[in-house]
Amino acid sequence: MLDRTDAEAISRRVRRRILSTIHSAGAGHAGGSLSSVEILVALYFDVLRLDAANPKWPQRDRFILSKGHASSALYSVLVERGLMESDLLRSFGRIDSELQVHPDMHRLEWVEISTGSLGQGLSVGVGTALGARLTGSDFATYVLLGDGECQEGQVWEAAMAAAHYRLDSLVAIVDSNQAQLTGRTSDVMDICPLRDKWAAFGWDVVEADGNDVIAIRQALLVPRGSRGRPSVVIAHTTKGEGVSFMEAGGHTWHGRVPTAHELDLALAELADAGRSKGGEPRECN
Amino acid sequence: MSATDDVVSTREAFGKTLASLAKENARIVALDADLASSTRMSYFRDAVPERFIQVGIAEQNMVGIAAGLAHTGLIPFCGSFATFISRRACDQVALLVGHTRLNVKLVGAYGGLVSGNNGATHQAVEDIAIMRAIPNIVVLEPADDIEMGMAVEAAIEYEGPVYLRCTRDPWPRVSPPGYRFRIGKAACAAEGSDVTFVCSGMMVSQCIEAAERLSCEGVSAEVINCATIKPLDAEMILSSVRKTGAVVTAENASVIGGLGGAVAELLGSELPSPTVRVGLQDEYGECGDNVSLLHKYGMDVEHLVEAAGKAMRLRDQRSGAKHR
Ligand SMILES: Cc1ncc(C[n+]2csc(CCOP(=O)(O)OP(=O)(O)O)c2C)c(N)n1
Repeated sequence: MLDRTDAEAISRRVRRRILSTIHSAGAGHAGGSLSSVEILVALYFDVLRLDAANPKWPQRDRFILSKGHASSALYSVLVERGLMESDLLRSFGRIDSELQVHPDMHRLEWVEISTGSLGQGLSVGVGTALGARLTGSDFATYVLLGDGECQEGQVWEAAMAAAHYRLDSLVAIVDSNQAQLTGRTSDVMDICPLRDKWAAFGWDVVEADGNDVIAIRQALLVPRGSRGRPSVVIAHTTKGEGVSFMEAGGHTWHGRVPTAHELDLALAELADAGRSKGGEPRECN
Repeated sequence: MSATDDVVSTREAFGKTLASLAKENARIVALDADLASSTRMSYFRDAVPERFIQVGIAEQNMVGIAAGLAHTGLIPFCGSFATFISRRACDQVALLVGHTRLNVKLVGAYGGLVSGNNGATHQAVEDIAIMRAIPNIVVLEPADDIEMGMAVEAAIEYEGPVYLRCTRDPWPRVSPPGYRFRIGKAACAAEGSDVTFVCSGMMVSQCIEAAERLSCEGVSAEVINCATIKPLDAEMILSSVRKTGAVVTAENASVIGGLGGAVAELLGSELPSPTVRVGLQDEYGECGDNVSLLHKYGMDVEHLVEAAGKAMRLRDQRSGAKHR
């Protein structure tokens, strides 16, 4: 298990990679990638059962990036975890690249399923969890969703199915950064009370500070598989986390590419080893 | 054809025109699924916020709500990326819009391969085929900002379902001064007698450029801007093909079921003629800049020139065989 100092240093390096990658490609989604960093670091370093030498090991835990636009965060974490060459990041979004702006399973082995059209990942997770049961496998399935993404009806169709089939090997994670593409989630289409919605659909709900790598890891490691219920971790995060002006900009940094100057400012903030995340609870009401 | 600075994308022209017309027509309402900044419905939102309805990331629900609004006599415009309005909301479009013939206008921004470097999930290449296969939907893909402005007006005047396809980026302007767009009428963008290009959207400017190159080689190419993909202007296409006997269709979409499909269907029954279809050849796209994408997927000017050569060769071989 990573200790806090290492985990936070890794998270900062991931953030630097995300922003450099997006800047050099002129494409990608900074805000929602930055909010997901600690969730992905916790998953890939300490939670997911995987074989670094064999991305397709049948007993691996499945991870589905339902909010596919956060690909730059996934790719950067794969690099930090030693699962992918860092050079590849330079090809992000370019013609013939393995690294599509929305992850493509045919191009990169670590991608379980192609995503980018929001709302589809949890259904696939229901399928892999059912598949695990039917094939007698004990792997778990983790699905990362955006909070705006939870507006898609398909998410709730999948939620209903997961509870109906008592899929306790399925864990959904909502990156609840309170913002989406055109505005604050509560202004665009309020999804609150999110905890009550999931609970009413028959899920066990855990809430955690999603930008505190230790807190989110603890939430992800809560023992499961006994109660016959799927579980969801509501990760309270900040869109643009780690870069002050992106945090302040909220949704305006959803798909904006930082200029060279903005990149410099951001990298300078992220070089600073100081800021350790304290877990102030962020509530959805 | 000019690529001056004041040319804007068709999505921009859509957004601005809709906003200004909505100020005068209280029946117009706009629905957005969290993409107003990309579809440029943001102009409408800022101009008439009381008639802007944000539904969140829920395209299927959006189309259903639009059907309900149209039921009460309003004129709803639904905006999203072309992929999501066609693929995601397909059943709702077919049954709540096509079958009902309600007065819903569907707007797909980011049409085709050249859609802002987002890759296969965001490249609408089947949207034209999907919309065209559904009865009662008028399918429009204007070539430039001027034509888009007129198409938005026409879509409002027309009583019934319309699909309006936009591109993300500006492409050269092709509308001549004084041009009037009408639903169901194609426009001759360049006259010629050796080969006919039938095209829509940003491919019109590409075809005009191809025709210019061909003329240097002594080939006279006609370019038909088919901004109404359904109903197709059969008369104009047939009269051109009677003259040239060789056809190239060009669209920023799959060659299956879209404009190329429509033209091949028409010619197959009325005037069988060699037809080369330029567009995505039954495959998914990927990320990349527009120039690299058009080149890799065989849709740039070079490929259009080659396609014209192929269509003419096929025609000549056939007539040679007949004479023998
Ligand atoms: C079906 C679908 N509709 C619309 C989009 C366009 N889109 C991409 S990201 C996004 C906002 C997502 O918000 P959220 O889920 O909160 O993601 P985050 O803030 O974590 O980036 C939208 C509308 C899409 N990718 N898929």
